[in-house]
Amino acid sequence: MDLLNAIVALSNFVFIPAIAYGSQLALGALGVTMIYGILRFSNFAHGDTMAFGTMATILVTWGFQAIGISAGPLPTALLALPFGIAICAGLLLFTDRAVYKFYRQQKAKPVIFVIVSLGIMFIMNGLVRFIIGVDDQRFADGERFIISVRTFKAMTGLEEGLAIKTTQGITVITAIIVVAALFYFLNRTRTGKSMRAYSDNEDLALLSGINPERVVMVTWLLVAALATIAGVLYGLDKSFKPFVYFQLLLPIFAAAIVGGLGSPIGAIAGGFTIAFSEVMITYAWKKVAGYALPDALAPDGLAQLLSTDYKFAVSFVILLIVLLFRPTGLFAGKSV
Amino acid sequence: MTDTTRNIAYFAFVALLIIGTGFVQSWNSALFVLNFGLISAIMALGVNLQWGFAGLFNVGIMGFVALGGLATVLVAMPPEPDAWAAGGLRVVLSLILGAATIVGAILAYGALPKGRLRAVAMIAILVAGFLIFRSIFDGGVAAIEAINPANAGNIGGLNPGGKDWGWMTIVAWPVGGLLAAGAAWIIGKTALGLRSDYLAIATLGIAEIIIAVMKNEDWLARGVKNVIGLPRPAPYEIDLQNDPGFVERVTGWGLDPVTASTLWVKLIYAGLFAAVLIGLFVLAQRALHSPWGRMMRAIRDNEVAAEAMGKDVTARHLQVFVLGSAIVGIAGAMMTTLDGQLTPGTYQPLRFTFLVWVMVIVGGSGSNLGSVLGGFLIWWLWVMVEPLGLGLMNLITAGMSEGYWLREHLLDSAAHMRLLTMGFVLILVLRFSPRGLIPEK
Repeated sequence: MDLLNAIVALSNFVFIPAIAYGSQLALGALGVTMIYGILRFSNFAHGDTMAFGTMATILVTWGFQAIGISAGPLPTALLALPFGIAICAGLLLFTDRAVYKFYRQQKAKPVIFVIVSLGIMFIMNGLVRFIIGVDDQRFADGERFIISVRTFKAMTGLEEGLAIKTTQGITVITAIIVVAALFYFLNRTRTGKSMRAYSDNEDLALLSGINPERVVMVTWLLVAALATIAGVLYGLDKSFKPFVYFQLLLPIFAAAIVGGLGSPIGAIAGGFTIAFSEVMITYAWKKVAGYALPDALAPDGLAQLLSTDYKFAVSFVILLIVLLFRPTGLFAGKSV
Repeated sequence: MTDTTRNIAYFAFVALLIIGTGFVQSWNSALFVLNFGLISAIMALGVNLQWGFAGLFNVGIMGFVALGGLATVLVAMPPEPDAWAAGGLRVVLSLILGAATIVGAILAYGALPKGRLRAVAMIAILVAGFLIFRSIFDGGVAAIEAINPANAGNIGGLNPGGKDWGWMTIVAWPVGGLLAAGAAWIIGKTALGLRSDYLAIATLGIAEIIIAVMKNEDWLARGVKNVIGLPRPAPYEIDLQNDPGFVERVTGWGLDPVTASTLWVKLIYAGLFAAVLIGLFVLAQRALHSPWGRMMRAIRDNEVAAEAMGKDVTARHLQVFVLGSAIVGIAGAMMTTLDGQLTPGTYQPLRFTFLVWVMVIVGGSGSNLGSVLGGFLIWWLWVMVEPLGLGLMNLITAGMSEGYWLREHLLDSAAHMRLLTMGFVLILVLRFSPRGLIPEK
């Protein structure tokens, strides 16, 4: 029995990756839930919006690297992020003008919006593949680790190492800053309050003189920022591949629904719920159990509940459970 | 211009496109487009049943197509007796136990009073059941996959005659429909009755999971190692070429025996598929104009009113969702038959889910004839956009010098023109002609 090593191994393989992944999912789910709250449809193009924003950021990053601008120990992509957000916001505002606005004026049913968002998804997916291709892109530079396994072992003298990647640290810090800023905006500023009013009751909001087009525009800007940040953080942490971003749609939707569609705090809770379940269920517990349990009880096999190939099944099953038992989600979002 | 002449004009145009492909490219490509067009039309019919009749939004079409493909392997391949002897029973037993666990949990949920006891009991049943399932299942899988892993390593199918019993593949088509219907029932049971987006997200999820299972469960259908050489209902080209009677006949018509044999096989498939399409089309048409069809449309147009009239909206939705998915499953089995192999890696949502959606919407939601038209038209476009895109890129880059990076990039990217085109087609049709080419009456 060696509890200290067990805790270190658990942190290294489960907690730290799950916190980073959960932050990325939470940011993604916040975008989905914002669109749902204000524009009242599930945006299937969200995964590809993330891919587009990330691609824009990568291109600017390459430009910076080419002319020799860098952020020292931090990834250059952080400097490029505002440009990526701006480009992504431009595209989203353009699609809203060219496509969604028409259906808003028609007061089309939500399901029509969903189908339209499928079309947008096609186009964005095509654009991304067209511009940057379908291959893996790694664009993280700067220091790789905040603490590496070797320094940790030297510091503590433990058998197990603990590594914190720079990208994981950046992910968590950025996510905290973004979420704090978002909540400040929604709860304290006039525009934010008008957005919440619009989301709660469209007609009353219109009666009290809130300009719907402005609310929609601000929503798209926020969504562009959230989607690009989520995408860039995910890309820094793992790598950028357009198809993977499309597949992220499922855990992101699951996170938004588990938390309650339309509820920002729910999106964050949902993101972490999905991330922790996914990592814990697909993690092979052999090592941790070997440290934590007496030798006689230590498992022979990998003690892995599901292989990592089925990580999407985890978010799906959680989604089904929530739909069956609590369709409004943990934080009682809009259900109908 | 009446509706009938307009429809005839549309289909004549499609026929012209296919025949034109025959003249410009080759008759093999024309028949290829025709065969996949027939299959696409069946898929579009199934989706139209869900979306056009009932307003249900299914984004998991790929999963149902893949289940149809799986059925083809499970029915038409010869069985692997060694694998069955090694671990087949264990796997079957563990699957039965797994299903029993879920049934037990559902029974416990129904039998126990609401409260903490119920939650604990359910979790206990599920966890214990899962652990028992895994302990039996894993051993069986390892045993099966160890048998002849290079060529098999799976349980095979149900076809004792092997390649001589090619007709078994046709038996697999309805089985594919049944598999898809089963999956649809599970999804429908959970997600129907809630808001419409939930069904979309749930179907998106099940499709990803079905593909993940087919890629990773090697014991079932070899996973990404693919199953090749499926028995087929049509004769083999090589047999035809070695058949003196066939060679004599086609050379009498002035054809090359090799080309003639490939064309003949494709024509046989086209006949089979057309028969299925016509059968399903007639059924769908009858359903649409029956009291049942009118009820479905009434529910679609106003759920509240239909419910007030005593219609069980959720049950009818479940019914039509299962039926539509079954049709998609049949089409999926037919497609795998035509390919002659099952390759789980090739199932892409953009190709199988969203393309079918474009077909239904362009053709005309709620119109069966429209779906068939959309199936052919969009499939033709899908096949042709790539060469057309390449041609366009060649034109654009004609002025650039050889090896210039932009030129290389544009030429490489021509393949992605498909997605862009389909997206634009979908958006434009939704915007300017939301009722489609052949609108619902």
